[in-house]
Amino acid sequence: MIYRTNGYRLFTWFNTIFLACISLCCVLPMIHILAISLSGRDAATANLVYLWPVDFTFDSFIDTLSNRNFSRSLIVSLQRTLLGTAIFLIIAAITAYPLSKESYSFRGRSLYAWFFVFTMLFTGGLVPNYILIMKLGLNNSLWALVLPTAVEVWSIILLLNFFRNIPKEMEEAALIDGAGHFKTMWNIYLPLSLPALATLALFTMVFHWNEWFHGMLYNTDASNYPLATLLQTIIVQQDFTKMAINPEDMENISNKSVKSAQIFIGALPILLVYPFLQRFFVKGIVLGAVKE
Amino acid sequence: MGNTLARRSRKWNLKRNWPLHMMLIPAVLLTLLFAYVPMGGIVMAFQDFKPWTGIMDSPWVGWKNFEKLFGQPDSIQVMWNTLILALSKIIAGLIAPFLFSLLLNEVRVSSFKRSVQTLVYLPHFLSWVILGGILLEILSTEGGMINKLLGNLFGIQPIFFLGDGDWFRFTVVISHVWKEFGFGTIVFLAALAGVSPSLYEAAVVDGANRWKQTLHITIPAMMPITIVLATLSLGNVLNAGFDQIFNLYNALVYDKGDIIDTYVYRTAIISGNMGFGTAVGLFKSAIGFVLIVVAYRLAYKFAGYRIF
Repeated sequence: MIYRTNGYRLFTWFNTIFLACISLCCVLPMIHILAISLSGRDAATANLVYLWPVDFTFDSFIDTLSNRNFSRSLIVSLQRTLLGTAIFLIIAAITAYPLSKESYSFRGRSLYAWFFVFTMLFTGGLVPNYILIMKLGLNNSLWALVLPTAVEVWSIILLLNFFRNIPKEMEEAALIDGAGHFKTMWNIYLPLSLPALATLALFTMVFHWNEWFHGMLYNTDASNYPLATLLQTIIVQQDFTKMAINPEDMENISNKSVKSAQIFIGALPILLVYPFLQRFFVKGIVLGAVKE
Repeated sequence: MGNTLARRSRKWNLKRNWPLHMMLIPAVLLTLLFAYVPMGGIVMAFQDFKPWTGIMDSPWVGWKNFEKLFGQPDSIQVMWNTLILALSKIIAGLIAPFLFSLLLNEVRVSSFKRSVQTLVYLPHFLSWVILGGILLEILSTEGGMINKLLGNLFGIQPIFFLGDGDWFRFTVVISHVWKEFGFGTIVFLAALAGVSPSLYEAAVVDGANRWKQTLHITIPAMMPITIVLATLSLGNVLNAGFDQIFNLYNALVYDKGDIIDTYVYRTAIISGNMGFGTAVGLFKSAIGFVLIVVAYRLAYKFAGYRIF
């Protein structure tokens, strides 16, 4: 349908311009930061850079990547993201499968379900969690960053709803052919749920890459900081006391152009997976949010 | 048939179902350890807890920590800040995606529509550490992009966006909307995708212009999901967003910008007031629990919404 009144045509023009402006507002700050990071230090400090680099140079990126604190945190973040996503996927799959069964065929299902859902409603709070990690001796360990968040109930519910949309007849056929639950899950449910699993994996990767608070809370030693925590400490809090840095490096780190390069590298993996993420997430969210 | 079903449900049927129980063991153990054990730790709220004496030997103080929470001017201020910030964020966070979806729904060129969506969803995936770093940079009073722009265009003196209490609240709400409005449009657009084109065709036959169609077809189609979102957000009125506040605030704006979560972190972890911190956290969890349960009951009652 096309509406040919003059008023609507005028509206369409204004609407297009308005939406274009709003969309640009969402990415301009990122482009500004990229421009500063690719600019010379003097130009950056003098605030001469807007959206295009002045005195183009890669120096800030080279300095950032050759900084030992930075590269060490980058590795911690990569390890954390891989380990965290792997554990999460395994737990989510083997937990969502039993919970997707109906109560009449799997006695005890409701009890298990409420056991998990209750943790979404009520938590012990920050302090008891902190004390627990300290008492378990998990501080300064990667496990403190991946185990407490491994059972993500919301994602499990998403996945179990996906499992429920798989036709029952397939499971019954497998049962008649003599397959047990392990075989049914592995050979039928998981292959058919690859899109859902991929979506959840990407979301978990983004979560672990971005998560900074646990990294700060559970690590007393700054050499174990994931990248997000390191950036939080040196860029947002501007606290250098925890890092062993000599005064010359200090000068380099607090430079505007270098800071921007650090921010940009911190955001880069998200920008790289974003196109893949976008293909999945609309489907994934609607799948969980709208139930008939 | 109903009879066999009923009989089967009374049996554990372990011969076939034992793998189901096995599969649940890891998640059950992890949840017990990392969610239920800390729930036991809330007894610290009634103690003068010191890490070196432990839960067993710390002295009991009854309701003293809670009396302190409701007796101190600064902790009462923190609760007000939390409510004000959370409510403003919820309301602005509903209206912005609602209006944006309406406008986006009028776009007929699908490539333009997709590009807009790609750009506006992006900030949702960046963390508040990254955005905090960017905002500190562009909102700076010493040559930040925003202040420079305002100065050049309107001759406005540099504004202390992150250093003045009222401007801080404004910045928090606006930056929250900026980060999340795009992502928020997804559910609205999904609701609009389900509207049958024949409704619009019928309206055209009846002589309705585009504005009338929006008023009588598009907006009513968005109402059910809007009601669900509004109801569910009731569970968030004490969540003013720790990540965002922590990455934007500083000592200058504690009086207007400090919220329960940041207050707990500073009193308990930084100052070592563990018992008091637990009490404040428990207060928030308990209220939050009631609010979430009420919100889900209402959402189920009014819109038939269920999570599983």
